[in-house]
Amino acid sequence: MIHLTRKCEFSASHYYHNPEFTPEENQRIFGKCANLNGHGHNYTLEVTVKGEVDPTTGFVVDLKRLKDILNDEVVEAMDHRHLNKEVPEFANQIPTTENIAVAIWNRLSSKLCTAKLHRVRVYETPDLFVDYYGEQ
Amino acid sequence: MKVHLTRRYMIAASHRLHSDKLSDADNRETYGKCNNPHGHGHNYVIEVTVSGQVNPRTGMVCNLADLDECFRREVMDRFDHQDLNTRHEFAAQVPTTENFAVVIYDILKREFHGAHLEKVRIEETANNSFEFCGLAQLS
Repeated sequence: MIHLTRKCEFSASHYYHNPEFTPEENQRIFGKCANLNGHGHNYTLEVTVKGEVDPTTGFVVDLKRLKDILNDEVVEAMDHRHLNKEVPEFANQIPTTENIAVAIWNRLSSKLCTAKLHRVRVYETPDLFVDYYGEQ
Repeated sequence: MKVHLTRRYMIAASHRLHSDKLSDADNRETYGKCNNPHGHGHNYVIEVTVSGQVNPRTGMVCNLADLDECFRREVMDRFDHQDLNTRHEFAAQVPTTENFAVVIYDILKREFHGAHLEKVRIEETANNSFEFCGLAQLS
């Protein structure tokens, strides 16, 4: 079993707001992130897949194929976009780093053929990241 | 929907590796430069990993502001810009980064209740890191 990790980056804006909360609750719970004008981050995504090495190719996964999937499902969908307003998963849930990691997992897991998705890690900043290993 | 969240913090502190159970010669042999009588310092990077279900109302495992505040109060205020050897936590043990990781893990386990504490990882330098996941992981 081999684990392989591919990184990519995307820049996006977001804000945290729960319409069921009062303005005071949103402010207290989410602080600066509740500013409805939004703010942005340079996100770094690390996707780790796992599998056996194919004896013919020596690959655990076709990196070109993985790169294309990341580009189609994440970069095209999220790079230079407003997550709350342009990414369907966040129409009804808050685009926290936790939810972004889960959304990316759900986008990727069904697209992989040979290797299995092991971990999605999303860095919001170099000092804050989230790991998701799927439903355990 | 269990998610792991990791936050990195930095503190600066000095220490000297010296065991009262060893002779001076053995201390020098064991700890090398780290046994220098006047001590030395590091910028410690401390990664705290917590886990839990994502709260559907907030989208969060825990409120980051609460974790930051707990870390500032319980770790930063105790150890930042301090000589670790003078702290009571190291009165009976050598302030290696192994022991430092266990000390910080135990403090956060006791004081932070916003999510499950998974791991404390400390980078003493860019080339050395130590992590402690609690005693359950050792069995």
